[in-house]
Amino acid sequence: MSENVEKYIKRKVYKGTNSRIAEKFVDAGLEKIRACINCGTCSGSCPSGRRTAIRTRSIIRRALTGDESVLEDIDIWLCSTCYYCYERCPRDIPVTDMIIKLRNIAVEEGHILDPHFNLANNIFWVTGHGVPANGEANKKWQDLRVSFGLPPLPPTVHMHPEAVKECQDLMESVGFRKLMDNIEEKKAKEKAEAEKEKKVEEKQK
Amino acid sequence: MNEKKDLKYGFFLGCVAPNRYPMIEASIRAVFEHLGAELFELEGASCCPAPGVFRAFHIPTWLVIAARNITLAEELGVDIVTGCNGCYGTLRDAWYELEHEPELKKMVNEHLAKVGRKYKGNIEPKHVVQVLYQDMGIDYLKGFVKHKFSDLKVAVHYGCHIVKPSDKRPWGGEYECPTFLDEIVELTGAKSIDYKDKFMCCGAGGAVRTAVKEVAADFSREKLENIRNAGCDIIIDCCPFCHLQLDLGQMEANGTYKNMIGEPYKIPVVYITQLLGLAFGIDPNRLGLVKNHELTGVSPFIPVEPFLKKVKEQLT
Repeated sequence: MSENVEKYIKRKVYKGTNSRIAEKFVDAGLEKIRACINCGTCSGSCPSGRRTAIRTRSIIRRALTGDESVLEDIDIWLCSTCYYCYERCPRDIPVTDMIIKLRNIAVEEGHILDPHFNLANNIFWVTGHGVPANGEANKKWQDLRVSFGLPPLPPTVHMHPEAVKECQDLMESVGFRKLMDNIEEKKAKEKAEAEKEKKVEEKQK
Repeated sequence: MNEKKDLKYGFFLGCVAPNRYPMIEASIRAVFEHLGAELFELEGASCCPAPGVFRAFHIPTWLVIAARNITLAEELGVDIVTGCNGCYGTLRDAWYELEHEPELKKMVNEHLAKVGRKYKGNIEPKHVVQVLYQDMGIDYLKGFVKHKFSDLKVAVHYGCHIVKPSDKRPWGGEYECPTFLDEIVELTGAKSIDYKDKFMCCGAGGAVRTAVKEVAADFSREKLENIRNAGCDIIIDCCPFCHLQLDLGQMEANGTYKNMIGEPYKIPVVYITQLLGLAFGIDPNRLGLVKNHELTGVSPFIPVEPFLKKVKEQLT
């Protein structure tokens, strides 16, 4: 990184905007975000932006200026993490890592899509695999393995229940369980409130 | 005669290869054995965990579980090899971070200590293609080629995480236009065809497929269109998740984008070790290329028989 870019980062560029998100980036050691000049190389390199509304430049801009609505925007989940923006950024900002971190902040505040929550809470936590092959529902995949001369299940967590437990102990220890429980609680609350509102509406009718 | 190399690896399976595309697992095992490499099982390995999904949910969880998977190979004293770009991305990036950030390593080891493990960092996570190209080398592989295909046009698909982020990959910083996979493909006599946006993402990664399948299918549609326009016979890849997206994704694109694409796509998708294995003279049954079951709704969703038929004609 050139000396000028370094100076630019160290300058309190966004002093006064109080961007909570930008502060979290800095805490996570991703302070290079402050070097962004909004040139749009990231958006121009983005294969997702060719077909969806995701504009990487805009996401970074919103994060920097403290526009918290970015956390609830589905756009941040449409990045396929191809890393072109990371590679091509002329200011050496690890853009893809920024998007990953932004997703972490979003999830922490309970903004996670249902299929993602299901994958994390009901599949990964339970089986230790993101795409499992155990159980009756996956019988055809076990049979397919056997047809190629492989054992029905691989020697992964699938063959080692104690390893699933070990992974769960680690996830408990590192805070994943608590994170999932908080989200579940928030989702249940939102659902209850929505139902309550619906009932009130029906009564008024 | 080929010189004997000391090739010992812990085989990290991941999820998609063993659980959805076991032909990939079978072909890696067969080809590595044929090349004199020994694969050790990493008993009790979990999901890597997937970089675009679980890393996106909670970075510390991603790092701790990845470190646990790395310790399984450390216990055996061998490098890790994985055939999946996603697993490679996770294991390699986690390894890179743990090697460069002592604070993170300390944090990870505090958690691992609770289950009686310790991350040391004395092995390297590698990709199957990295082992083929760097540990073995083109000259070594050349010595095993028995059959050369005289007329096979291949669309090579690298996928993203085998080359990027380039500062954490072993390709000397090259990411815009790498050639290592093309070189391996062309050892077999097949011709790697240049096609538009060759290095474009398949669309599955980064939790996109789980979030909105139609978006992932549209990435694939664009790739498949470019591949078809270049007149390729097959797609060769080196990642089970890209493989799933380009195989099952053809069905999805054929459905969702029916009105855009004209003729439905039906391009066979073949994993690199399946192609290599055929050139080495390994029985196609051992490479998972021959269907010998009556199951329905299983992979591959685009039949590979046209490919087998084409190369069979070239062999005789």
